[in-house]
Amino acid sequence: MKAGVIVFPGSNCDWDCYHTAKTSLRAKTEFVWHEDESLNSFDVVIVPGGFSYGDYLRSGAIARFSPVMNALVDYVNKDKGLVIGICNGFQILTEAGLLPGALQKNKHLKFLCKNVRLRVENTKTPFTNKCQSGQVLEIPIAHFDGNYTADKETIEKLNKNKQVIFRYCSKTGSVSSSSNPNGSIENIAGICNEARNVLGMMPHPERVADPVLGGEDGEYIFSSMAGYLKK
Amino acid sequence: MDPKIIEQHGLTKEEFNRIKGILGREPNLVELGMYSVLWSEHCSYKSSRIYLKNFLTKGKRILQGPGENAGIIDIGDGFAIAMKIESHNHPSAVEPFQGAATGVGGIVRDVFTMGARPIASLNSLRFGPLSDPHNRFLFDGVVAGISSYGNCLGLPTVAGEVYFDDCYTGNCLVNAMCVGLVRLSEAEVKSEIPSIIVKAKAEGVGNPVLYVGSSTGRDGIHGATFASVELDENSVEKRSNVQVGDPFTEKLLIEACLELLKTGNVVGMQDMGAAGLTSSLSEMASRAGTGAEIDIALVPQREEKMTPYEIMLSESQERMVVVMKKGTEDDAFRIFKKWGLNAVAMGRITDDGFFRVKENGKTVAEVPAKSLADDAPLYERPVSAPVVRDIEPYYKKFKSGKSCNSILLDVLSDPNIANKSWVYEQYDHMVQTNTSVLPGKADAAVLRIKYSHKKIALTTDGNGRYCYVDPYVGGLISVCEAARNLVCVGAEPLAVTDCLNFGNPEKPAVMSQFKECVRGLSDGCRHLNTPVVSGNVSFYNENNGVAIYPTPVIGMLGLIDNTPHCDMGFKSKGDLIVLLGVNKDEKSACPELDIELEKSVQKTCLEAVRSGIAKSAHDTAEGGLSVAIAECCITGGIGAKISVNEKISNMGLLFGETQSRIIISIDPNDVFALNDMAKKNNTPVSIIGKIGGSSLSIKNGKKKLVDLKMATVSEAYNGSINSVMRA
Repeated sequence: MKAGVIVFPGSNCDWDCYHTAKTSLRAKTEFVWHEDESLNSFDVVIVPGGFSYGDYLRSGAIARFSPVMNALVDYVNKDKGLVIGICNGFQILTEAGLLPGALQKNKHLKFLCKNVRLRVENTKTPFTNKCQSGQVLEIPIAHFDGNYTADKETIEKLNKNKQVIFRYCSKTGSVSSSSNPNGSIENIAGICNEARNVLGMMPHPERVADPVLGGEDGEYIFSSMAGYLKK
Repeated sequence: MDPKIIEQHGLTKEEFNRIKGILGREPNLVELGMYSVLWSEHCSYKSSRIYLKNFLTKGKRILQGPGENAGIIDIGDGFAIAMKIESHNHPSAVEPFQGAATGVGGIVRDVFTMGARPIASLNSLRFGPLSDPHNRFLFDGVVAGISSYGNCLGLPTVAGEVYFDDCYTGNCLVNAMCVGLVRLSEAEVKSEIPSIIVKAKAEGVGNPVLYVGSSTGRDGIHGATFASVELDENSVEKRSNVQVGDPFTEKLLIEACLELLKTGNVVGMQDMGAAGLTSSLSEMASRAGTGAEIDIALVPQREEKMTPYEIMLSESQERMVVVMKKGTEDDAFRIFKKWGLNAVAMGRITDDGFFRVKENGKTVAEVPAKSLADDAPLYERPVSAPVVRDIEPYYKKFKSGKSCNSILLDVLSDPNIANKSWVYEQYDHMVQTNTSVLPGKADAAVLRIKYSHKKIALTTDGNGRYCYVDPYVGGLISVCEAARNLVCVGAEPLAVTDCLNFGNPEKPAVMSQFKECVRGLSDGCRHLNTPVVSGNVSFYNENNGVAIYPTPVIGMLGLIDNTPHCDMGFKSKGDLIVLLGVNKDEKSACPELDIELEKSVQKTCLEAVRSGIAKSAHDTAEGGLSVAIAECCITGGIGAKISVNEKISNMGLLFGETQSRIIISIDPNDVFALNDMAKKNNTPVSIIGKIGGSSLSIKNGKKKLVDLKMATVSEAYNGSINSVMRA
């Protein structure tokens, strides 16, 4: 298996994703510079977190114009493999139109880094097939712009197609405003596209994929992907 | 030259005459500006140097002590840590967001300049009380500034401390520490960790001098001079002295510089920090015993018609000077182009010892490089006799007469004690996936070192109140407490970086505080064998003529070498709570410290954690025994029953800050093993309670002092800063 980690100027979770791809996906892993124009050799493409171009405009708004993004759209449309966008990666995927909706400033207008709990909403995806339905995962967030929003029709469509993959929840799995860290509509923490080959999520599974870091819940996502791709 | 101009540059008449003596003529305005910044207190350490030389700076692990941009410590397995702490107090007092942000940026450059990849950031902050809206504004802005800069770099901010006291109103303290990792040999696998240590030396006559990074603007001119005067009500006008940070460019600069180092063609590198281009190049040339010649017309400029004076003194951020091997400049041009950054050759190294500045070929300044960097006057300032003050212990500010229950809740919700999650949740403290013990969970942060079995522990610690009461003992305690924090997570203390925040050194009372405090720090470092590898002195921390408490801040590095570590949270019902050390009826605002007892307590704690016996460890610090126990309970999410038999006052027992005490918890089966350890080390040890239940109770003899539901305790501790800041 071969994984590519896209590096934009300002990406800063690129090495974290590189390590996780090697250890959790057990993939031969390479970095892909934002000026590269093909992704066809990869089974998995990771769009990592960070502050692409400093996020001085709108998070991900400049990165989407990088040459590699044309390659990424092509990669998705031709269903060459799986794409996971984490944090800034999720923001870039929405800016590029590969996922619907947008991520705006957190409701408290502060950067927020903490462990949160996510309820797995759909286990029939390449990213969650190792999870139990309704399983609660503990995975950290670290973002200023993680407040997911979309128009009413989009949300309805996401729900109808079971594209909402993770919602922020309590320890026991209940989804309410008190377990919503950033103001996201319907506590949405992660979504996939209709074709189920692109996942975008604000929480960082690569930060809890090693017991030395105090958690391994991120492993569920990577082992799901690895299992799916082996088939 | 007009005496007014000399005075505006913060130079005394004697200093001006010294410059004339060096040059054999009057300096021109550019040269005067250059001397004024490099001879400022901030850059020259002219008042502190005679005392700083007493620090222990050598040790078998110390690869680089003070004098470079950062100290370097060998942690074994072919890895070394670079670290340094620095103040950015005055800029933060007038422009909190940018002041704090650029404080982080500056210290990060000091670390990657050495060739190390920055892996952690820490800080130590002091403000006036949060009841004052302006202090809340400063606190909010400083935390947001650190958050904005560090998070964008992908540098985890893993630990720190925040205190509030009247003495910091008008002159807050913002000390930022950066820790980097470097390999001592080439890696076998592809890795993010660089493997070449570079020094900031301008060696090799004829080698090209490159300017890389951001362009130069008019921001921050005379920042170093501004750092070397007291603040007053007009200081807000100095806002234009504060630099503006661009963390995105800094991130690119880190990657580009580390990539450039891989070529092996870099001779020396230094960031343009305080005093900008002037200090970086003169210091590099001075260290190498060379000279340098540059043409500032080649310097990338972001504003039009900048004068030589402005270019030489600008403190625009995210800029570096790089000396390359002759003929290898193209490496830099290629790599910096890839990262979208400037890189231009602006001059070369010469052999005549002069720092010569030209503008389009015409010389505009010509001074001996060494005279700028090393020939500032050294002052042995007048020192008054040491004073030990008698003020009330901290707990006395909480009204006695109330029940112990309600006083404990008041103490726990005091912003000095309360949970700091409002602060550290704004910092990305997990990026780089090394943080093994998260902020708030233990006395120090623990980071794993990838590609090895080692972990490091990091802490910052300082107590201005102790140092105000007794500067010598306060200094000693600062070092001991930092080390105590490290042993509590199971790390052996290795080295220190210090940031010394004091008032105006021209006042004999302040100089006395400094002298005594440094003596205490120095003794502490010798006793614990933790050399000082880097640091910074910040004087003139006064507001309208009143000095802050003398506030030395210790940043300390510890090593966990393939042994267990722990946090402070109580783990399991039925475990025993053990006190290492002894309780005393503490009546002084600055407790005594018995260094032999301290060393023995630390030794036993370290052995207990390393052997896996101690399931949790936490030192009793601000707020005393009751607060320490409450914190262990809150972190572990479980209650405890404490029962002691001490002939001391209720307040002294619960809140007294007697030193050299650590609370650990153990499985009952390990009592004998722990006793053996304690006996061998001659450490006083007593079982003071048991973990379990959903309340916290504390009994002395038959008298029940505290009995509170854990939910109430947690609420007092967790909610208080949040509610003040969200109000």
